[in-house]
Amino acid sequence: MWDEAQFALSLLVSGLSIGLMYSLIALGFVLVYKATDAINFSQGEFVMLAGFVAAIAASAQGMPAIGSVAIAIAVMVAFSFALERIVLRPLLGRPIIAVIMATIGLGAMLRGLPPITVGGETRALPLPIGDTPVSLGPASLPPIQIAGVVVTFALLGIFSWFFLKSRMGIAMRAVADNQQVAMAMGINVERYFALAWAMAGIVSALGGVIWGSMLGVDVHLALIGLKVFPVVILGGLDSIVGAVVGGVIIGVVESLAAGYLDPYVGGGTKDFAPYVLMIIALMFRPYGIFGTRRIERV
Amino acid sequence: MLHRESGVFKTSYAADMALYPLPIARWTILAIVVLFTVIVPWSLHEYYLSIINLSLIAIVGALGLNILTGYTGQISVGHAAFMSVGAYTAANLAVKLGLPFWITLPAGGLMAALVGAIVGIPSLRIKGLYLAIATLAGQLIIEWIINHTPAISGGAQASIQVPRPALFGHELRTQGQLYFFLLFFTGVAIVATLNLVRSRIGRAFVAIRDQDIAAEIIGINIYRYKLLSFAISSFYAGVCGVLYTYYLGIANYEQFQIVVSIDYLAMIIIGGLGSVLGSILGAVFVTMLPIVLRLAMEPLAGLFFSPGEMSSVIASTRLVLFGGLIIFFLVMEPEGLNRLWRNIRNYFRSWPFSY
Repeated sequence: MWDEAQFALSLLVSGLSIGLMYSLIALGFVLVYKATDAINFSQGEFVMLAGFVAAIAASAQGMPAIGSVAIAIAVMVAFSFALERIVLRPLLGRPIIAVIMATIGLGAMLRGLPPITVGGETRALPLPIGDTPVSLGPASLPPIQIAGVVVTFALLGIFSWFFLKSRMGIAMRAVADNQQVAMAMGINVERYFALAWAMAGIVSALGGVIWGSMLGVDVHLALIGLKVFPVVILGGLDSIVGAVVGGVIIGVVESLAAGYLDPYVGGGTKDFAPYVLMIIALMFRPYGIFGTRRIERV
Repeated sequence: MLHRESGVFKTSYAADMALYPLPIARWTILAIVVLFTVIVPWSLHEYYLSIINLSLIAIVGALGLNILTGYTGQISVGHAAFMSVGAYTAANLAVKLGLPFWITLPAGGLMAALVGAIVGIPSLRIKGLYLAIATLAGQLIIEWIINHTPAISGGAQASIQVPRPALFGHELRTQGQLYFFLLFFTGVAIVATLNLVRSRIGRAFVAIRDQDIAAEIIGINIYRYKLLSFAISSFYAGVCGVLYTYYLGIANYEQFQIVVSIDYLAMIIIGGLGSVLGSILGAVFVTMLPIVLRLAMEPLAGLFFSPGEMSSVIASTRLVLFGGLIIFFLVMEPEGLNRLWRNIRNYFRSWPFSY
């Protein structure tokens, strides 16, 4: 009985922390969707790219960890700016399918690039936080997961302040709400589109550092992007709180499914359960838990 | 197709939609048929025939996806999963019950159509992004189920050996024999699609794509036609999967993973959304690309990479080129190769005297 409870509790704790780390990646998706209505199917590849940049920077002689994180952030911001300008701006006003397909194409490109430019082997991305698991009651967590949780909550706080209090954040919400009215009020809409992508770049950079140092950096890091969709659909596509709550739910469900179902079906429920949950959410509440109800019924 | 008309003299919709816009078009079609049934198979080497065979298989799948995404406007990221449904249905029927291909082929297609219609059910309530994600879920879930059900996937490695297709007691073994086998079905698929998109059903699909609410107002049952579109598209996908299985002699889930779905999306974007000729051009282009790439890169890349890395380097280059081409065509030429072909034709229409 006691063992049972302890098993369940440890699954729960690890699910919570992994879920919050999913939220970190989903945040990048939500930021872009919220401000620009663009759907980024290459969020996982963004994270992978950031991981590669950070790992390469970290392998340089005498580079402090903070330096490689800063380089990853700078590169991702520049990359997001360029992407918005070159690919997404010409697609403004085109059907939603065009943006989806363009980001799918971008994802394929980004997955193919590392092996032909810097080599596809798995790189380590060490962070100076040690790797002795920290015990929390009955469960124990590796420090990298705790770092991921801290970063997620920090970003949640920063973005909440940004969108509620800062002038730029309020302008960005206006852009998200109605582009034409925002334009009429003197907001430079295109600049805020670029800003939203840059913020997504920062989030992806942090996600890349955290996930890259947990899993190692190679092209398979991009697969993390597949977890983004269940998280954002469940939480609501345009809700930052939703990304966090959705991430937690997906993380916990995944962890429980892996703990209790895997022995019976031979593994793999981890990748399967989130999508089943997502299909159910799509049928009953497609705008998610916290999303705006503006989905058009057809 | 290749003729040059001297102007537009059509006075009725029937004339506008005719398969042969001018009498000479019959001769063009005849010439193309002769080219593909007589000249190509008897003059090309086995290796080139094998490339053409792969293209023929891809054309069937691309036509199916274009019916759904190009004509009906419903995006699907799960095309390869429907192919796998067809492939495994046919493989199981062929191996366990010993059925011939003329039963397993439609059976695979119908099974895929059924599964496709089920995956298409969310499209009744959601569209755009949500539908893309729902079909992505469909892809992953179908992949997982096939992989984790030994009764379907044949146990270890998730692959099933399939006997060669036999016609009148003759096994089709060589590339030349398979060429005719595939050419027949691809030809049927092309003609069927050309006629489908001219029919009431095809026009209803286009109406739904262009403006679904308006389509509903003019009396199109959106639910029925969306599901029909999913079913027809998946039927093509299933047939494509069966053909591929018979061609390879093995059903293997690795041939139907999500990257393959993206390949098919690339085909119809590069070829041209909502066009039969575009599906064909796109399928041929995407099938040829890695082969041409290999020929071009093998001497060059040897300077930079060790032989062990070659295959992964070529695969990655292919990914980069694919992604780049998808973005390029979306930004620069949304109507794809089909549009380029039309531009070339229009240029030559009045050619030496353009003014």
